[in-house]
Amino acid sequence: MSYLSIRNLSVRLKGGLPLLRRVSLDVAAGEVRGLVGESGAGKSMIGKAVLGILPPAAEITEGEILLDGADLLRLSPAERRRHIGATCALIPQDPLTALNPSHRIGPQITDRLVDILGWTRADADARARALLAEVQIPEPDRVLRAYPHELSGGMRQRILIASAFAAEPKLIVADEPTTALDVTVQKQILKLIAGMQARHGTALLFVTHDLGVVSKVCQQLSVLYSGMVVEDTPVRDFFATPRHPYSAALLAATPKYTDPSAGLNPVPDAVIEAVRAEVAAFDRRAAHG
Amino acid sequence: MQILRILFLRLLTTLVTLAGVAVIVFFVIRVVPGNPIAMMLPPGATEADVARLSALYGLDKPLPTQFGIWVAGVMQGDFGTSITTRQPVLQLVLSRLPATLELSIMALVMAVILGGIAALVGTRRRGTGTEGAIDIANGMALSVPDFLWGLILILVFGVLVPVFHISGRVTPSLDLPFTTNFYLFESLLRLRFDLWADIVSHMFMPALALAIPLAAIIGQLLKQSLKETMNLDYVTLARTKGYGETRVILREALRNAALPTLTLVGVQFTFLIGGTVIIERLFSYEGLGNMAIDAVINRDLPLIQGIVILFAVIFVAVNMIVDLLYAVLNPRLRHA
Repeated sequence: MSYLSIRNLSVRLKGGLPLLRRVSLDVAAGEVRGLVGESGAGKSMIGKAVLGILPPAAEITEGEILLDGADLLRLSPAERRRHIGATCALIPQDPLTALNPSHRIGPQITDRLVDILGWTRADADARARALLAEVQIPEPDRVLRAYPHELSGGMRQRILIASAFAAEPKLIVADEPTTALDVTVQKQILKLIAGMQARHGTALLFVTHDLGVVSKVCQQLSVLYSGMVVEDTPVRDFFATPRHPYSAALLAATPKYTDPSAGLNPVPDAVIEAVRAEVAAFDRRAAHG
Repeated sequence: MQILRILFLRLLTTLVTLAGVAVIVFFVIRVVPGNPIAMMLPPGATEADVARLSALYGLDKPLPTQFGIWVAGVMQGDFGTSITTRQPVLQLVLSRLPATLELSIMALVMAVILGGIAALVGTRRRGTGTEGAIDIANGMALSVPDFLWGLILILVFGVLVPVFHISGRVTPSLDLPFTTNFYLFESLLRLRFDLWADIVSHMFMPALALAIPLAAIIGQLLKQSLKETMNLDYVTLARTKGYGETRVILREALRNAALPTLTLVGVQFTFLIGGTVIIERLFSYEGLGNMAIDAVINRDLPLIQGIVILFAVIFVAVNMIVDLLYAVLNPRLRHA
């Protein structure tokens, strides 16, 4: 029984343009699923739909999002918020903009515990301290009292990770959590997320455009093109034998840093045309009901 | 050390500003036509009468000398004697200051409450008809100046549905036990709610007339910056934690969105204080502004100078308070 189960989820901009086309995927408890695709393929949109933070211009037109057995789309807005807040968390992309500049760090880690889950302030503070130790931040007392602008980007991302794990969520959506960071910091953060995920047994929906990251942390993988899942496969099989031509081309396009003389291999036009034709065929079927 | 240096520099610029104001007001009111002596003497007074009276008030000396005498007095806290009432200017002005301060602060509080509610409700209901209605109301409030709002309010709440007093600061027949001229505050402190109600009833319309345009500005600007703030990442993150829309607006967005509004409110509040001159006249409210108009009509030069200097001090003080509040609300400035 998977913890998160998305069935035939379609999202479009109000008034037309489809963003997700009948997307289905499952994330079992404690499993890590990667979502890859080009910019605009809809990979972030899936995470946003699960967390109930789709932009106001987007609307869900069909499908189900089953989270711990409950269909989010059938819950009242208040019930949905509570259910998501209690079971899920987000590790955002840009640590520089994801912390509130006018609140101290401490309350930003503990607010959900106290306000939504009803912990006592003392318990929540102790929890925050333990989390900071776990993400290897020294001087927890100073950091908890600091404002975001006093800390570096890497520190802030560690804090956001700590904050995401604060309520022991069953599912975390990591939305390109290393993209905005310095290359030297990326690796440490990635290791940190993978380590925390394994220790806490949290299911992870890992949005990325980096197949190298996928090979390191993910067990399952969904490849998206134009809001459509073109391949859903265990990661091991994907790197050995990608089944969809677009997936294969994407894999071949990954730059090999070990060989500086090798040029870039963009996805061939023929493959793009073929996958576009698939999308067009899907839309025709959808139009005819 | 840093903070002391900033304070010192601030004080220095303040002194320069006030000196500039003093020079300008002193010479401008002496250059414009009309002189106080002519206003005081009955028709048919002789040249000799004029000369004698001028000498009495020191108006026969050359302008630079007069200026020197005045500045020397001001340095020692002596702003001269009012020509029309023969009372010390400082005493006159300070006796009226509380009335104008109370009126301005009441208007500011009304503006912040009205504008704040408009912005918060408009943000909570963004994209709906409610937001549209708020925008229209804001536009209307902005396009009518404060003195016209005063007339409209007099018509509506003074004539059509007479619920508020339209003139004065307090009902004259009431026995006032106050030791200061801060009637509004002192009546509260003395728990004299009967007097307080009477004072509020007098103050309500002039304060509202001053508040409406400012409320519209606050409403528009705060709503705009709230809307922008609501799209930021930390607000989105707060939503995933389980907070409802209202809590997200109040807890995550409001404080950050309020910063740009605060600076503007500071500037606009000084305009509002300027507006008290006409509004006090309109409602026969016994404040500084009303006194200023009388002083100008009577060419009471020392009194005009005193009032203008006091207004300048108030403006400078308001700007200082805004800067301080800004630092309190913005942690990034506090540590810099």
